[in-house]
Amino acid sequence: MPKLADYRARFKCSFPQAKEVFDACMTRALQVLSDKGIDEYLHAASLICMMGRGVEPVLVYLEEAPEVANAVGEDILADLTNFTFKLNKSPNSKAIVPFLQSLAPVARRLECPESMRTYLQIVIDTMQATTPSIHGFHAIINSPCLVEFLESAPRVLQTLSLAGMKNWIHYGVKAHAADPDRQAAYFSLNTPDSLTILQRERHGTLLIDHERQLDAILKAMWDTDAMIVPYPTALEEGEAQRPYFDEFGLRAPDIYDDLNGVSGINRYRALIAHMAAHKRYSTRIVADNYSPMQRFAIELFEDSRVEALAMRQYPGLRRLWLSLHPIPLEHACNESNESCLRHRAAMLSYAILNPNHGYTNPAILEFLGKFNDMMAQETTTTRDAADLAISFVARTRRQSDALPNIFFTDTEIDYRDDNRHLWLFIEEGDEEEIFDLSKKQHDDQKPEQTGLPPHHYPEWDYHSESYKPNWVSLFEAVHPSGQASTIDKLLEKHAGIARQLKQLIDMIKPQNKVRIRYQEDGSELDLDVAIRSLIDYKSGSSPDPRINMSHKTDGRDFAVSLLIDLSASVGNKATGSTQTILELSQEAVSLLAWAVDQMGDPLAIAGFDSNTRHEVRYRHIKGFNEAFDDGVKARLAAMQPGQSTRMGAALRHAGHYLEHRNADKKLLLVLTDGEPADIDSKDPQALIADSREAVKELSQKGISTYCINLDPNADTYVADIFGKHYTVIDNINRLPERLPQLFISLTK
Amino acid sequence: MSDFDINQYLIKEEPFYQAQGNEVTLYETAYKSRMPVMVKGPTGCGKSRFVEHMAWKLGKPIITVACNEDMTASDLVGRYLLDANGTRWVDGPLTLAARHGAICYLDEIVEARQDTTVVIHPLTDHRRQLPLDKKGELVEAHPDFQLVISYNPNYQSLMKDLKQSTKQRFAGMTFDYAPAELETSILAKEAGVDTNIASGLVQIAVTARNLKGHGLTEGISTRLLVYAASLIRDGADTCEACRMALVEPITDDADIRDTLLHAIDAIFG
Repeated sequence: MPKLADYRARFKCSFPQAKEVFDACMTRALQVLSDKGIDEYLHAASLICMMGRGVEPVLVYLEEAPEVANAVGEDILADLTNFTFKLNKSPNSKAIVPFLQSLAPVARRLECPESMRTYLQIVIDTMQATTPSIHGFHAIINSPCLVEFLESAPRVLQTLSLAGMKNWIHYGVKAHAADPDRQAAYFSLNTPDSLTILQRERHGTLLIDHERQLDAILKAMWDTDAMIVPYPTALEEGEAQRPYFDEFGLRAPDIYDDLNGVSGINRYRALIAHMAAHKRYSTRIVADNYSPMQRFAIELFEDSRVEALAMRQYPGLRRLWLSLHPIPLEHACNESNESCLRHRAAMLSYAILNPNHGYTNPAILEFLGKFNDMMAQETTTTRDAADLAISFVARTRRQSDALPNIFFTDTEIDYRDDNRHLWLFIEEGDEEEIFDLSKKQHDDQKPEQTGLPPHHYPEWDYHSESYKPNWVSLFEAVHPSGQASTIDKLLEKHAGIARQLKQLIDMIKPQNKVRIRYQEDGSELDLDVAIRSLIDYKSGSSPDPRINMSHKTDGRDFAVSLLIDLSASVGNKATGSTQTILELSQEAVSLLAWAVDQMGDPLAIAGFDSNTRHEVRYRHIKGFNEAFDDGVKARLAAMQPGQSTRMGAALRHAGHYLEHRNADKKLLLVLTDGEPADIDSKDPQALIADSREAVKELSQKGISTYCINLDPNADTYVADIFGKHYTVIDNINRLPERLPQLFISLTK
Repeated sequence: MSDFDINQYLIKEEPFYQAQGNEVTLYETAYKSRMPVMVKGPTGCGKSRFVEHMAWKLGKPIITVACNEDMTASDLVGRYLLDANGTRWVDGPLTLAARHGAICYLDEIVEARQDTTVVIHPLTDHRRQLPLDKKGELVEAHPDFQLVISYNPNYQSLMKDLKQSTKQRFAGMTFDYAPAELETSILAKEAGVDTNIASGLVQIAVTARNLKGHGLTEGISTRLLVYAASLIRDGADTCEACRMALVEPITDDADIRDTLLHAIDAIFG
């Protein structure tokens, strides 16, 4: 066998730092690599050393390559070498070190050479997609985010599969193509949308998908209105937090993977049942007088006590909890050199849950008996459990319990919370009281809010056929007011139209389900009329043939929402008119509101405009239940042209109000003078596609959308968005007359 | 008309009814003055059973009409029908009861249209008469005649409510599901299951009733519990019987169904 010195000779590198670590790395490499692998390893290390990128790449390579080979096999080393050289030749040579550093954790996670090669391919694709290139030539500018991506890759793969990672990358590449800084932030997991996409692509059972069901369980089985609040788990680094509950609700992890063949939803059910049992049966006790060991035991006895009480009512919970409870082996813990307190406690807890535990330890059996005696009483309290726990600790105490070497195997009971609700601490701590802190906190609590917080809406990306989550921020407010008399004057001006409308309205005044008698054809025989006809017939006179009747539902049960486009273009003069589009819209909407008020249908009116995706303004002009009074008229009178037309978010927001109306038919009318557009959207198709998607979402919620378009050139896009549900009004001067008529014919 | 036998409407065997309070005595007192009575309560809590039981107890015939939207006033009062010789008047159930002295029970009265229900007005005040305008007859109510209506106030839309003028002709009694212990004994007696099963079933009902307004419009009724108990008594698997009789009928919502199934599993598992 060749000596280390021989290898040192074959390693051609003159950096003194590399030579220093070489022996240690080589020893590790010899443990995991074959002769062929060693050849490749030394060859690659020498080449990397000669690349001219300094000492760091070679140090990282020497250290990481054996680990990668150990995890996925040494055949991968050749691919790594090739890839490193590819990077070296590209403008992205800065990424070499992060790339090499990401390899070992990624390899440990992926475990097989095929996946590892897929990962390499993903890195190449990402590099190519994010490196700007000019005229198809390979560029001279480096990718803005490759380094960030490589640094977060191990963390991302902790939560996502490779396919999920691809989607995550794809989104980042597409959505932030025009904004390199933001793209870098995305790939270093520093933006909300990055985390949202990560969450969306995760494996496991998401709490949010089952929250309603778990709330229902709490309500149905435990009769409590407590909230279930998720806390993030896998995205945090380090030790996972335990579930817990406090006065604000039950805190549960946001995601559960399957465990021991128990599905995620059942893990949630077990957790919820355990916490609900605590909530119902546990009382607080003072913690200060107990040692940590005693507290640990008290928590365990209390856990078992509330479970026993819960199982009195719901015996089936035993099976559920048992399936998640670890099974501690009786002699697994060596009392002479390990601290076995946790192990003893877990055994007792298991024995309480499973009558067929098979343990022979006399202390466990004794306390199992005592516990069962306690539970045989009519009522027990947390106090009783605490007393029993204290005697358990005293009775089973070993010298070794104080050892730092604690036995943990099979003692973590996954579905139990951390019991913080159980303890009452009288003394805050041993430290001096901190006077300054509370004062400072007080100063910080200045109210900064000036309006309502924004609503966030997704936007459809037609390139990737997916939603960009929380893309648009929509701010809503009540529209400012003007002079109500302006609108009254407008109504007076159109008194003629109003009279015509009134006649139309009277014809469709609300009537409920009516029976139509005296029909020649109908759904059933009207017996009384039929007999009368027959009597006529028998007595020789001519009978009435209209002997049937039928029914007709004639209820007007509409909820209507009118959305007015208040973009800058409505300030323009309408073609062939002295008035602006806005003034004409104002007249039309006033007439419509008046007409609908006469009919008694609930109508909401709102205006919208936008200034990039960060600010879509949605202004309420009339609420559903508001009468058409001076307040509404004043708001109508104050309408002003604004900025751009980001229609999708406004549609979604109006739809969200309509959705909660209780009506048979829900109608969303959009009055606009142009296509959806915004200054931060360069692709004219993007917002059209998003609006189309919004219309589709609304129709899935049972809301019909109808567009009244004042743009003579609307035919090119309006059908794309609204299908057949639109009218283009060419002669805009007739809008005040046409709008209410249109509404009536739509709802007839 | 003379061959009509009102006794066919007599109830021969005692219908099992477990009193929850003093409703039996109250009803008897109301009957003394033949006061019209309205019984309210959620579906399947024993309204109809109570009325039947009282008819049996008082030894009076009872004519039940299940009301529906298509019902006309003629369906209640009566109409001319044709036969070989010409036309013949046939009394409707309300007229029959008024003529022969039976209890007329209009079940789920809100289902009938409001203009139909107005025909009962002259029978329910001091007049106690029923004018048959088509026939040209004024039927004086028999001294034993009494009108009882039932309706479920939680149920249905705001549209389906009784007119005030109709409501204010009745004395009202409210029913609800029996308390757990009583309901257990009702189940044990009605379906013949042992107390353990019965109390388990009642517990499921309690969990479901907690969900009322949180995904369920109506809790599991005593009637459904009796169904489940009968299925179990006749050999069905407990959990399957519960699923069939208690879960599937009341909800189509997957989340609520899973919740109830989990509760069943936890109670009988």
